[in-house]
Amino acid sequence: MIEIRNLTKTFASPAGEVKALENVNLTVNDGEIFGIIGMSGAGKSTLVRCINLLERPTQGQILLDGEDVALLPPKALREKRREVSMIFQSFNLLQQRTCLKNVCLPMELTGVPKKEAKERAMALLQRVGLPDKAKNYPSQLSGGQQQRVAIARALASNPKILLCDEATSALDPKTTGQILRLIREINRELNLTVIVITHQMSVVEDICDRVAILDKGTVAEVGKVAEVFSRPQSRAARRLVFPEGYEQAAAEIPDGCIRVVFGGVEATEKPLIATMAIERGIVASILNASTKTIEGRTYGSMLLSVPGGKKEVERALNYISGFPDLTAEEVRRRAE
Amino acid sequence: MLNENTFSAKSWAEAIALLKTEFPAAIWDTLYITLLSTLIAAAIALPLGMILAAGDKKLGVLRVPQPVLKVLGFLINVLRSIPFLILLIIVLPLARLLIGTAVGNNSFVVSLVIAAFPFITRLFEASFRGVDPGVIEASQSMGASPFQIVTKVMLREAFPSLLSDLTIAVTTVLGYTAMSGAVGGTGLGMIAITYGYNRYRFLVMYFAVIVLIILVQLFQSVGSALSKKADKRRKGNS
Repeated sequence: MIEIRNLTKTFASPAGEVKALENVNLTVNDGEIFGIIGMSGAGKSTLVRCINLLERPTQGQILLDGEDVALLPPKALREKRREVSMIFQSFNLLQQRTCLKNVCLPMELTGVPKKEAKERAMALLQRVGLPDKAKNYPSQLSGGQQQRVAIARALASNPKILLCDEATSALDPKTTGQILRLIREINRELNLTVIVITHQMSVVEDICDRVAILDKGTVAEVGKVAEVFSRPQSRAARRLVFPEGYEQAAAEIPDGCIRVVFGGVEATEKPLIATMAIERGIVASILNASTKTIEGRTYGSMLLSVPGGKKEVERALNYISGFPDLTAEEVRRRAE
Repeated sequence: MLNENTFSAKSWAEAIALLKTEFPAAIWDTLYITLLSTLIAAAIALPLGMILAAGDKKLGVLRVPQPVLKVLGFLINVLRSIPFLILLIIVLPLARLLIGTAVGNNSFVVSLVIAAFPFITRLFEASFRGVDPGVIEASQSMGASPFQIVTKVMLREAFPSLLSDLTIAVTTVLGYTAMSGAVGGTGLGMIAITYGYNRYRFLVMYFAVIVLIILVQLFQSVGSALSKKADKRRKGNS
C-alpha cells in the first residue's frame, strides 16, 4: 500500500519559492491501477517522483507498506527503489545498449549472474511481445516498441509498484491502446500496483480503477473513475471532464434551457430527444453536449433549449426526470 | 621567404636526402610524443570531466561540494589561458623534477600533458553532459548507485562522443608537438624549424608540413570511423 501523507514540495526559483505540491494526501491500494490526472503544471510528475524519492518531499511522508521512504539511508533507499519501477514518456532506454542489455541493466545493478539475467531478460522481452528485437538497438525501434522494452526493463527487478509517468503521451492512439492493454495484463498477472500519471482522460477511462485529480498542486478530487467522471464535484474536475466549456457555457445560455445530467444511463436506452418529441410533442434542440461512455454506461451532460415558454420547460423537466439515472434542471442565466 | 633557390635542383636533392635520413626518426618522435601525451592527458581528464559533469547539482549523480567544482573549473581555465609556448617553457623545470631531464621526448610529454589535459577535460565534460538526463533518471529509479551510474550509464552512453573528443585531442596535441620544435622539442616541428626555416631550406619545411597534414588526416579519419562505428544511435535496421 502506498500512503502519501500531507505531502508538500516546494522548489526554489529566482522568483522565490514555488509550491509544486501542497498538502497532498492519497492512499493507493495493492494491486490497483491508480490514475493521477491534471493539466500540465499541476504537479503530477513531481508527485510521482516523490514516491521513489527522485524528488525529496519538503514536508510530509511517503509510506510504502508503512515504511517512510524519506527516512531510509542511501543504500536502503536504492534497494527500496528496486521495488518501485518506473516508465517514462520518452522511454529513457540506453541508446548504446541492445534491447536485451537494456532489460538486463536492473539485474546487472544487483549482481544477478549474467546467464540468469540474460534468460530472464529474454523471457520478459517475450512477455512484452518483442523476442525478435533482443539484438536491436533502441534507435531501430518504434516508440511503442521502445516503451515495451522499457516495460520489460521495469519488470526485471520484480517490482511491487510500477509508476507510469505520461508513458503513452508520446504515442499515437492505437499504440497507446496496445501499451495500456499490456499494462493492464501485467497488473493482473503480477498483482502489480500501478500508478498512471497522465493528462489524457481516455487513459484513465481505459485502465484505471481509481483516479485523483490534481489541480495546482492539490488533490481536487479522488474516487472511482466512473464516479469522478460522471459527477465531477470540483471546478478542476469539471474542467477536465468537460473541456468543451461547462463553465463558460452557462454565461451564454438563452432563456428556457435545461441541463440534463447523465449519471450512468444504459447506452442502449431509448433515444431521449426523439422520444420526448414523439411522446410529448416537446421539441428541444441541443445547444451543447459532452458525454462519455464508460463500461457501457453514459455519463456527462447536455444542454437543451426548449422553446415555448415556462410551461413547456416544466413539461420537459417532468418528462426527463422520469428516466432512471437522468437528472434535469432548468438553467438560469448567471447573475452577472 | 621564397627565392629562386627554393625549388632548385639542389634544394630538391637536399630535401629528399633529409626525407630519407632525418624524417623517419622525426615522424616516430612526433607520433610517440603525440600519442603518449594524449593518452596520459586523457587519463587525467576522464575523472576530472566526469566530476565536473556528474557533480553538477542539476544532475545530482555525484555529491561533490560546489566549491570544489568551482576551484577545479577555475584552475582549468587558468591553465587554458596560458599560451602554449609559454606554458611549455614554464613547465620544463617541472619535467626535470618529475623525470630528471628537461631535454628529449619525455620531458616534452610532461609539458604537453599539462597543456592538453585542461582542454580535454572540457571536451569530456561536455560529452558527459550530453548524456540524456532521462536515462540517468531512469537508472536512478532502478536503484543504481552513483558509481554504477558513472560506469555503466554515463561512460557507456558517452563513449562514441568520447572517441571523437580523443580525435580532436590527438590532432591538437600533434599541432602542439610541432610548435615545441621552436623551443628545443623533437620531431617534425624541429625538422621544419631547425633544418628548414632557420637554414632557409623552405622545401624541407614544406615537406614536414605535408607529413603533418597527412598525419592529421590519418588520425581524423581513423577517429571518426571508430566513433561512428561505436555509436548505435540512428542506424538503419540491421
